[in-house]
Amino acid sequence: MHKLSESVEGKIGRLEFRTSPEAYRHWSIAIDGSVARLVLAVDEHSPAAPGYELKLNSYDIGVDIELCDAIQRLRFEHPGVKTVVISSGIQGTFCAGANIRMLGTSSHSHKVNFCKFTNETRNAIEDASHYSGQTYMAALNGTAAGGGYELALATEYLMLIDDGNAAVSLPEVPLLAVLPATGGLTRVVDKRKVRRDLADVFCTLEEGMKGKRAVEWRLIDEIVPRSKFDACVTSKALELAALSDRPDGEAGITLDRLERSEKGDEIRYPFVTVHLDRDRRNVILEIEAPDRDAPTDVSGIKRQGVDFWPLAVVRAMDDAILHLRFNEPMLGTLIIRTSGDGDRVAAYDTLLDANRNDWFVREILLYMQRVYKRLDVTSRTTFAFVEQGSCFVGMLADLLFAVDRSYMLNGQLDDRLPARIQLSELNFGVLRMANGLTRLETRFLGEKESLDNARGLIGRKLEALQALEAGLITHAPDDIDWDDEIRLLLEERASFSPDALTGMEANLRFAGPETMETKIFGRLSAWQNWIFQRPNAAGSEGALKLYGTGKRAKYNRGRV
Amino acid sequence: MSEVDYASLIPNNVDLASDVRLQRALEAWYPKYIDWWKTMGPEGFQDYEVYLRTAVGVDPEGWAKFGYVRMPEYRWGILLAPQEQGRTIAFGQHKGEPVWQDVPGEYRAMLRRLVVIQGDTEPASVEQQRFLGQTAPSLYDMRNVFQVNVEEGRHLWAMVYLLQKYFGRDGREEAEDLLLRRSGDVDRPRILGAFNEATPDWLSFFMFTTFTDRDGKMQLESFANSGWDPLARTTRFMLTEEGHHMFVGRTGVERVIQRTTEIMNENGITDPTDVVGVRKHGGIDLPTIQKKINFHYSVTLDLFGAEISTNAANSFNAGLKARFHEPRIDDDHQLENDTYPVARVADGQIQIVDVPALTAINARLADDFIDDCEKVMKRWNRVFQAQGIGYSLSLPHRAFNRAVGEFADVFVTDKGEIVPEGEWHDRKHEWLASDSDLEYILSLMQLQTTPGKYANWISAPRAGINGKPGDFEYVKLAA
Repeated sequence: MHKLSESVEGKIGRLEFRTSPEAYRHWSIAIDGSVARLVLAVDEHSPAAPGYELKLNSYDIGVDIELCDAIQRLRFEHPGVKTVVISSGIQGTFCAGANIRMLGTSSHSHKVNFCKFTNETRNAIEDASHYSGQTYMAALNGTAAGGGYELALATEYLMLIDDGNAAVSLPEVPLLAVLPATGGLTRVVDKRKVRRDLADVFCTLEEGMKGKRAVEWRLIDEIVPRSKFDACVTSKALELAALSDRPDGEAGITLDRLERSEKGDEIRYPFVTVHLDRDRRNVILEIEAPDRDAPTDVSGIKRQGVDFWPLAVVRAMDDAILHLRFNEPMLGTLIIRTSGDGDRVAAYDTLLDANRNDWFVREILLYMQRVYKRLDVTSRTTFAFVEQGSCFVGMLADLLFAVDRSYMLNGQLDDRLPARIQLSELNFGVLRMANGLTRLETRFLGEKESLDNARGLIGRKLEALQALEAGLITHAPDDIDWDDEIRLLLEERASFSPDALTGMEANLRFAGPETMETKIFGRLSAWQNWIFQRPNAAGSEGALKLYGTGKRAKYNRGRV
Repeated sequence: MSEVDYASLIPNNVDLASDVRLQRALEAWYPKYIDWWKTMGPEGFQDYEVYLRTAVGVDPEGWAKFGYVRMPEYRWGILLAPQEQGRTIAFGQHKGEPVWQDVPGEYRAMLRRLVVIQGDTEPASVEQQRFLGQTAPSLYDMRNVFQVNVEEGRHLWAMVYLLQKYFGRDGREEAEDLLLRRSGDVDRPRILGAFNEATPDWLSFFMFTTFTDRDGKMQLESFANSGWDPLARTTRFMLTEEGHHMFVGRTGVERVIQRTTEIMNENGITDPTDVVGVRKHGGIDLPTIQKKINFHYSVTLDLFGAEISTNAANSFNAGLKARFHEPRIDDDHQLENDTYPVARVADGQIQIVDVPALTAINARLADDFIDDCEKVMKRWNRVFQAQGIGYSLSLPHRAFNRAVGEFADVFVTDKGEIVPEGEWHDRKHEWLASDSDLEYILSLMQLQTTPGKYANWISAPRAGINGKPGDFEYVKLAA
């Protein structure tokens, strides 16, 4: 159920990101030993918003929410699955990409959020292949066009049926006047390493490419005749499975439905509470420390399953961030706070670090990394407030380096101990950003000595001035100034142009090297979001608006 | 260097002799085509002389030369209807502009796709019909299927000409692919579904040429007004030949009905649904004929594509593919603000809904096809009147047995009633021939090679080909 409240044509209602396979309308999962098959058969009559039909296995946010859920479940619930094969349940069509009518009728902000989410989902596919021992391959049993090919590009092996018809294509530029921006262009040249001039040819060929030439150009890995297709898919899947380090015979961890309750402007999850302040247009996301001591070993962790504190926190954050992005666009500032016993957090942190090689702990850490990355690319101002009673320790301390600014109370507003933060090994190599660096490495890009110094502080409880000295926080107002500083900060921020802030923050967050991932997001923001605003695509005579009507777009021929 | 002088071997009015590029492309393609014809063309009759019509020119003198020829030596030609001076585009956003003599760059992909899909159907039907010669009910019919086959071959040439002349390397590759796909092949099937169905018997052939070739006619008629002049001129000439194919189909079924009603009258069978009685005397019973109509008609409707279609809207608006008899339609020929009524499934019922006319181009072409088919039904039903049998054949509902478009997901009876999937499958053989019906028809398929003689299940035609008598030796089987 993706649709909750009132919707009008093209206007998406409130989105729900929690789902499970029983509720899927578009995807199905079938597991046979070490191989899972993820089959796309879109129900064209179940769009996420009224006003369009999901023809030819095209997708919208509803389809992608299911995909995201499926990927997540395959990792956590099926430790024995080592290869995931994505294919289509519709004859002759693998996937036609994002639904064009949906793009043509939805708001700019929905398009941007939709593209961001689909990119994150495709990155999660690559993340599973690269780090989780669960390798994805695409069995293209029909034409993969646009986002359909982009989905395939997110896998590690593309097998195309050779029936004289099925092709791969990125027809966005000639057909729609937009870009293949779910990483399409970037993955063609960066991941598949297709030569740039050939890529230029390919990306302007409406009908795409099939057969031997598609293999020669590295657009796909293999073509297989229809009569041998299923057998070849299975044998390749087993070949990839043999390379995996995932365990055999282990039980999975069931991702029970995430608990969430709402009361007025408060959303409660286990260990996470979200307060919406509509007047001041900000949100406080408060994370609570564990309510009991950490288990002593991995089997204890597994017994707790989804209730294991770090996993519970990450799941809640994931849902909360997506909810804010899609459903609360007016709330422009996200404030992160923590509360509770920092020593307990430290104990969980140590436990995670000590068991990094266990498949389940690995999944939790990788998930944490993905959720933190989601925060990095969220177009909200992000602040962290470190106050008395907070617990920014280890994995939670990393959030201090994810936000745009952090404020730490120097002194005491009441008789509790002063605020303290604490670093752990997790801040030095486990949780990486899209640029491949840790948040501290990115933070101290020009000050190696600060990074070395920070490493020396692992395990120490740092008060405000120490943290400030070490460059770990932005400001340390004292107890006299605190309230005023915070008020002014929030009021000033709320007065700036949201667009300028989004642009500025995104520019400042990703110092350091480019990776395929940073390029994908950077180019999505810079180019696609620009094109989405331009009349040639989105105007009343633009290609996106007119698609499907038979009328041809009228372009302003001026180059900008 | 080639030894063959293709320019004089190939009848053409495209100045092949001075078009070096086209010559070179054809030199590479021609041997592959002959290879394809020998392996995938009519099975077993390639060395016999067949009384065939060959088009050597587009004027009344040249378009129908009759004579004996061995099929591999047939002179497939490249013939376009004469160019009309000053012709302008008659529809879409370019209405009123001069027609294009070259491919407009912005429509290259769209045009190529249209040409490839049309081109793919031509060799497909030859492949589907390749075994029919072995069970021909007469030499007359045998000659007719071969005539249809060589002309479908020429229609392939017509599309290959367009690909090779106007689409560069891509076009040459597509031209080769047209010879590589195979009807019904699991690995390289033909593009459209109906062209992968078997044509195992002569009743199927007559139904195919009645209905499926009529789809071909509708498609060619829509291209005949294309703003891309080479396509318009090519298809205009193809239409003269397509007429014969539909004639073979329409009169073929008519002769089957004629014979069945004769059998009924000769043997005192008055119940038109008496399957056993008619079969006892070796005829094809009327319910089975109706079921064959139901099948071929519904499968052919799928060929029109989705009723509501972006591709069709695009190609109309671009001026590439018109509606049926576009110039005769009384509207602005641009349709930007018009609507068109289309049958759709809404709230579990089949309803007529007005949709933007541009998106309903396929639905409209199907409507014109249905009108055309109704006329055929009238012709067939006249036989019953003449024979005094109280029966009539009819077209099933357009939503019946559909795999493409608006009705692909619902289960509909021949009368247009939506029923549950299980019920439809349980009742399927009320409307579609069963395996035993088809086996019965196959059992009747015996080769009849005596000039002037006809198999028992079909009557003689009213007239021969090109004024030749009934016992004319249309195929010289004695080598």
